[in-house]
Amino acid sequence: MKKTILLGAAALALLFGAPAFAAEGHDDLPHRESWSFAGPFGTYDTAQLQRGFKVFREVCASCHSANYLYFRNLAQEGGPHFTEAQAKAVASEYQITDGPNDQGEMFQRPGRLSDHWPAPFPNDPAARVANGGALPPDLSVIAKARASHVGFPGFITDAFTQYQEGGVDYIHALLNGYVEAPEGVTVQAGLNYNKYFPGHQIAMPKPLSDGQVEYTDGTPATLDQYSRDVAAFLMWAAEPYLDTRKRIGFQVFVFLIVLSGLLYFTKKKVWKNVAH
Amino acid sequence: MAHTETTQTTRRDFLYIATGAVGAVGVAGMIWPFVAQLQPDASVLALSTTEVDLSPIQEGQIITTQWRGKPIFIFNRAPKDIEAARAVQLSQLPDPQLDQDRVKKGHDNWLVVVGICTHLGCVPLGHQGNYDGWFCPCHGSQYDSSGRVRVGPAPLNLAVPPYAFNSDTKITIG
Amino acid sequence: MEGHSTYQPKNKVARWFESRLPLVGLVHSSAIAYPVPKNLNYFWTFGAILTLMLVVQIVSGVVLAMHYTAYAPVSFARVEHIMRDVDFGWMIRYIHANGASMFFIAVYIHIFRGLYYGSYKAPREVLWILGVIIYILMMATAFMGYVLPWGQMSYWGATVITNLFSAIPYIGETIVQWLWGGYSVGDPTLNRFFALHYLLPFMIAGVVILHIWALHHVGQNNPDGIDVKSIAKDTVPFTPYATIKDTFAMVVFLLFFSWFIFYAPNYMGHPDNYIPANPLSTPAHIVPEWYFLPFYAILRSIPDKLGGVICMFGAIVVLLFLPWLDTSKVRSARYRPLYRQFFWIFGIVAVGLGYLGSQPAEGGYVIASRILTAYYFVHFIIILPVLGFIERPKPLPASIADAVLAKGGATVVAGASAPQTKG
Repeated sequence: MKKTILLGAAALALLFGAPAFAAEGHDDLPHRESWSFAGPFGTYDTAQLQRGFKVFREVCASCHSANYLYFRNLAQEGGPHFTEAQAKAVASEYQITDGPNDQGEMFQRPGRLSDHWPAPFPNDPAARVANGGALPPDLSVIAKARASHVGFPGFITDAFTQYQEGGVDYIHALLNGYVEAPEGVTVQAGLNYNKYFPGHQIAMPKPLSDGQVEYTDGTPATLDQYSRDVAAFLMWAAEPYLDTRKRIGFQVFVFLIVLSGLLYFTKKKVWKNVAH
Repeated sequence: MAHTETTQTTRRDFLYIATGAVGAVGVAGMIWPFVAQLQPDASVLALSTTEVDLSPIQEGQIITTQWRGKPIFIFNRAPKDIEAARAVQLSQLPDPQLDQDRVKKGHDNWLVVVGICTHLGCVPLGHQGNYDGWFCPCHGSQYDSSGRVRVGPAPLNLAVPPYAFNSDTKITIG
Repeated sequence: MEGHSTYQPKNKVARWFESRLPLVGLVHSSAIAYPVPKNLNYFWTFGAILTLMLVVQIVSGVVLAMHYTAYAPVSFARVEHIMRDVDFGWMIRYIHANGASMFFIAVYIHIFRGLYYGSYKAPREVLWILGVIIYILMMATAFMGYVLPWGQMSYWGATVITNLFSAIPYIGETIVQWLWGGYSVGDPTLNRFFALHYLLPFMIAGVVILHIWALHHVGQNNPDGIDVKSIAKDTVPFTPYATIKDTFAMVVFLLFFSWFIFYAPNYMGHPDNYIPANPLSTPAHIVPEWYFLPFYAILRSIPDKLGGVICMFGAIVVLLFLPWLDTSKVRSARYRPLYRQFFWIFGIVAVGLGYLGSQPAEGGYVIASRILTAYYFVHFIIILPVLGFIERPKPLPASIADAVLAKGGATVVAGASAPQTKG
């Protein structure tokens, strides 16, 4: 029987392994960066989220919506954690359409904490028209809606290493992936070449460059740093309770290990006099 | 021999009790999130204040606005309404309360009350009944121009929500 | 186990009640006094684990339904509302989403345990068939549940699976429109899927009761696959012996479950389901949830549309006939040297099909899927019936008590040949 298992294992390895190797070198896979929120004890870096918010607000938000993000979220613990006054100030800088009022008319008023992040375009067709026919995707959960393809051994080891950062790695890589198209590749009109975009031809022009957004805390104002910060911010936007989740998870683990230990000894005691 | 038996029993009992107790704590801990999810969520809490512009409300007019999903009556009272409310003897009221305590000082013409009958939660009708206030169509309770119950099964006056004047013509409820 | 309970309450009121509705007696006979073979290993705790998972899914699901709205334009946003605004909403949703996967992990272990130890053989055929029905209901429930977040995979998964019925000649198209309540998957589809997703778990619970009833009527199989000869020598009472062992196993399973809830909550899911459903654009690569992958591979391996659909459903239906396809009188693979090898090959084939189901349907993958699909059916339709005639089983122990004693005397040998750990 051992032989069968060995044979089977070999067959499985062939089945899984061969195509995985063959697929390699096809595309440039996003590099796995190190993130403060990775791993069982990972937490968001508040300063990084605040910087990322600045990049998001000054650059991304001019084309992309983030409909599930509310101004009140900006003051949330385990997030950018601005003071409530700061979040209110941000909100009041935007004009929100409200109404209808008593005269039956829609009107503009300054944003409140309970408003969601205002979309740059009134609807999808308007967004398309303004962006050469391509719809800029909503960024609220984009960090969970993107991942890079993981081959055979990777998808198993990822379960053990708790790798959940495929989306942020992809965003970081994408923002850094604008390069000259290799020879022989014709980039279609209105599209741009990106090393990491599936198909390599992306409608979004290179959005970030060195020095574009002003950082006041001494962090280097580089493309790499911007993309790292904004990716972290988008991860928070997609998963605002990550800090809480990991904290509770640790408590649950300690508790369950203690309980299973106790149950193990209880079980041994109960079965002590029974041959089984 | 007997002595050994006793110690063994005690140790075993301790293990059982410890396991049971830890298990019970776990069950209680697991129940909590499922109970906590019932409370008002963050989007509801975010809407827990309402700003109202009083300038369009004419003297003698009652408007209805919403706060936390409940109707709020805002009554711009004429001087005769205030006088009537203040002339009543407290002993005649089922739920004695001074009109002065139900309005903000310096803004005595503005009455702000939760528009829910304190009997069983219907919405009373304005400018009806015998007391120039509200009349509840469900069971006939009547309220005066200070929102105090005068007749009927309702036990309490219309509640005054927490609110503050931001300026002479703007209030924030909640 | 059966018949009237011997339970006699001491309290007068309890006796009054018991003589009118023997409820406590029922619980006593099925959860306390019920005799359990001594030699069960930890693979036998998965029944309890599955019961726990059903409860977890129903409780978390009912809570999610309190915050969810089944209406196509808002459903995606409502799920995000649960994740962001509801207290512990993220936790409850991750419990429910990962719970589905855990449920299937447990049910697959449970099924393969049944296959290895021959738990489907007489007198347990009805027990087995009820189990297959539960499995089918679970798949329907899980599929419809996956549609509810109304993401891209929800939408296109629903489109692909409902289109399976269009393979039926003449009436297929009509049936599909009738399933959709429209000319494509849309709001009516979402609404009826939500209603059914809420209903089916309670039907599962009903069949689970029958499944347990059938089990307690015929008694449990055991790793040696032999009948209980003497209740006193071969069995122990359910409480405390099985109760404590099941509880321990459930807590260990919860540890495994928690790993995913708290540390890798989106590992089992597909990123595309965080993109709102878009009827105008199909994702580059549609894959069902992992637990459907072997069947998906079978579907795609057949070049004919109707043939593929028939094979896919056939792969499940064949399980219903398993008690009669396996002609061997010996239950446990422990005493069936040949079957044991084919069991492991079958396991590898099933996993292999699962892998192939996740890969694009092209080139070598298609050929591999066809070979494995063929083997899947050969296993049930040819190998199992033939094995019963050509295999020479090892001698069976005289009784469970004897088997336990033999094992106690030769632990090392037993440990080397048996793949399972001993409880």
